[in-house]
Amino acid sequence: MDQKNNGQLMLGNKAVARGLYEAGVCFISSYPGTPSTEVTEEAAKYDEIYCEWAPNEKVAMESAFGASLAGRRSFCAQKHVGLNVAADPLYTMSYTGVNAGLVIVVADDAGMHSSQNEQDSRHHAIAAKVPMLEPSDSKEALEYTKLAYEISEKFDTPVLLKMCTRVAHSQSIVETGERVVPDKPYEKNIAKYVMMPGNAKKRHPIVEQRTQDLIKFAEENPINRVEMGGTEIGIITCSTSYQYVKEVFGDSVSVLKLGMTNPLPCDLIKSFAAKVDKLFVVEELDPIIENHVKALGIEVTGKELLPIIDEFSQNLLAKAFGKDVNEGFAIDEQIPARPPVMCAGCPHRGLFYTLKKNNCTVLGDIGCYTLGAVPPLGAIEMTLCMGASIGAVHGFNKVRGAESEKKTVAVIGDSTFMHSGMTGLANVAYNQSNSTIVIVDNSITGMTGHQQNPTTGYNIKGDPAGKIDLEALCKAMGFERVRVVDPYNLKQCDEVLKEELNVEAPSVIISRRPCALLKYVKHNAPLKVNTDKCVGCKSCMKIGCPAISMKNGKATIDNTLCVGCNVCSQMCPVGAFESTAESEA
Amino acid sequence: METKNIMIVGVGGQGSLLASKLLGHLLLSQGYDVKVSEVHGMSQRGGSVVTYVRYGDKVYSPVIDKGEADYIVSFEILEAARWLPFLKKDGQIVTNTQQIDPMPVITGAAEYPEDLVSKLKETGAKVDALDCLSLAEKAGSAKAVNIVLLGRLSHYFDLPEEAWMKSLEANVPPKFLEMNKKAFELGKNMK
Repeated sequence: MDQKNNGQLMLGNKAVARGLYEAGVCFISSYPGTPSTEVTEEAAKYDEIYCEWAPNEKVAMESAFGASLAGRRSFCAQKHVGLNVAADPLYTMSYTGVNAGLVIVVADDAGMHSSQNEQDSRHHAIAAKVPMLEPSDSKEALEYTKLAYEISEKFDTPVLLKMCTRVAHSQSIVETGERVVPDKPYEKNIAKYVMMPGNAKKRHPIVEQRTQDLIKFAEENPINRVEMGGTEIGIITCSTSYQYVKEVFGDSVSVLKLGMTNPLPCDLIKSFAAKVDKLFVVEELDPIIENHVKALGIEVTGKELLPIIDEFSQNLLAKAFGKDVNEGFAIDEQIPARPPVMCAGCPHRGLFYTLKKNNCTVLGDIGCYTLGAVPPLGAIEMTLCMGASIGAVHGFNKVRGAESEKKTVAVIGDSTFMHSGMTGLANVAYNQSNSTIVIVDNSITGMTGHQQNPTTGYNIKGDPAGKIDLEALCKAMGFERVRVVDPYNLKQCDEVLKEELNVEAPSVIISRRPCALLKYVKHNAPLKVNTDKCVGCKSCMKIGCPAISMKNGKATIDNTLCVGCNVCSQMCPVGAFESTAESEA
Repeated sequence: METKNIMIVGVGGQGSLLASKLLGHLLLSQGYDVKVSEVHGMSQRGGSVVTYVRYGDKVYSPVIDKGEADYIVSFEILEAARWLPFLKKDGQIVTNTQQIDPMPVITGAAEYPEDLVSKLKETGAKVDALDCLSLAEKAGSAKAVNIVLLGRLSHYFDLPEEAWMKSLEANVPPKFLEMNKKAFELGKNMK
């Protein structure tokens, strides 16, 4: 077979990072969030780009704005819910515009592979009145990233680049180019950059005119393209949905592929609609293009045919359009589910076991520890958004009073606490509820794959950085009771938890032990079960460790998983767990 | 050429990402258009993981749907059964016979089905099942299960062994290369 491509396979997120490099970006600040994390991680591998993890998305975006103001192309990335946190600066950056180009990745998660909701970020682009580009593969991810900087500077606006899980986490072929670094001077301009009412009133008409100019751009720029095929059916589509359309229909239909989904073109859509017999919109999640087409007075079919929930696939599309799909095999067998679980040796396990044993009402937060809600621990009763555990425990205790204060706790991770737990803690200290807050400090941002944060003492490159002392911080915020426990020590956890629940004062318990998956963490030798001692009582099964199972009425340990954390042996009434280290010595 | 589909399925932490990386490299070197789709995030925590590898003249969708997989490469036998509905009617399963209990089985809420290899074959699917863990250990590391599986998969591909070796060289650290080459051969030549 002849060589058709000179390119390389590249993850969508890595292609964005490559685009940032080629566009001459000098400053990146982000908070990790699946499926956006790799953009910043990959960009950090280029020595030419300054990269950092910010405490949250709002700070990241404001930092990127400052860098743009100073005259260097800048960037921040977040997942869809992260953009809610950063919505405040975004909506007014729309008014100020930029100095050097500023591009913002927002990564949606249709299908909720790793998210707490399925919101459609295009609403933010519309509401903030900023342009949004949506690549459909890695090649476009790289090209659109560079185009986004041109648009940002030409139209004086921040630009949203919308990824989705299937574009962010798929590899396809890209062609790379050279890095070019533009340089703009900083110029003082109070009327443009100080958004007090008198100035903002003058900026708003500029925003509205910009939208009109961007619509003209959307009508003409090849980022929105028509691929004429059969004219019985015409399909308007964007992002990964375009790929499913081409997979199912090939050239048998005509396609209007929109690479820019805000603002949407009008004349282009009208002329496309006029060329086909029946018009459809294929878009995941909300009917945004569809409503726009309808507002133009054009008859179109969208959400009455295709779901508003979950991601699409080629079969879903084929079935909706009445086409045959391949039949697969069926097996007549109950296949047990394989949900994600806390790892063997996870420091969260002992803490959640203690909370459950004490019959606590646990208001949880976002991170690996959300798995404390699943069997057999089943300890967490609420998870909403980053930082919500502390706000919620305060409200819960205020209306339920002393009885609640003796059994209700907030559980929040170290990174999530730095992200948006501190303001909740200030509220507890200020408005004085006797709430107990547990900070599960595993010394890393675990869920998204081990990113550093302000409590770890290291930066995105792994070099030493500033380190925030959690105990000193909590004390400075007015908490007199700050306790530190080791979650591998069940007795200590139990005693401290009981004391802090019963005391009439707000308190913080820091449950501290590094994530068992961190490379620097030294593991003990695996444990083994002395089957002469084991009575098969299943006490050790209450902690839901993937390394322990029952075989022939006795507990058994998978020594490829066990890290010798000893939590199970503290559960055992007969001392059946023994270290393999002693027997080998 | 019509797009061909390979699914790599297993349990989080088993090394399926290296397998997909190596396949992507191999197929690209043969001049195909290639897409590889992974799901990150929760996959490290012992959950069921799937990676899609698609190749052909022009690949559109990054994912493989039910009834579309030409090959399912499975690191664990229950996962082969879980993803069976994605196999094409004349598709081929290449699977490790290793069993890893999922949490509902560990807690006693569900049972691990017995004799899954026979049950998979009874559906009419073509199943090539082998104990990759033993072969990997024989090669020198339990972690080489992924390379044993790829060696086995190479049986079904009309590609020169040299191309597979080049992709192996490009994707594994030099100090593990000999061990991985051995794992590849053991998988390939297992009777």
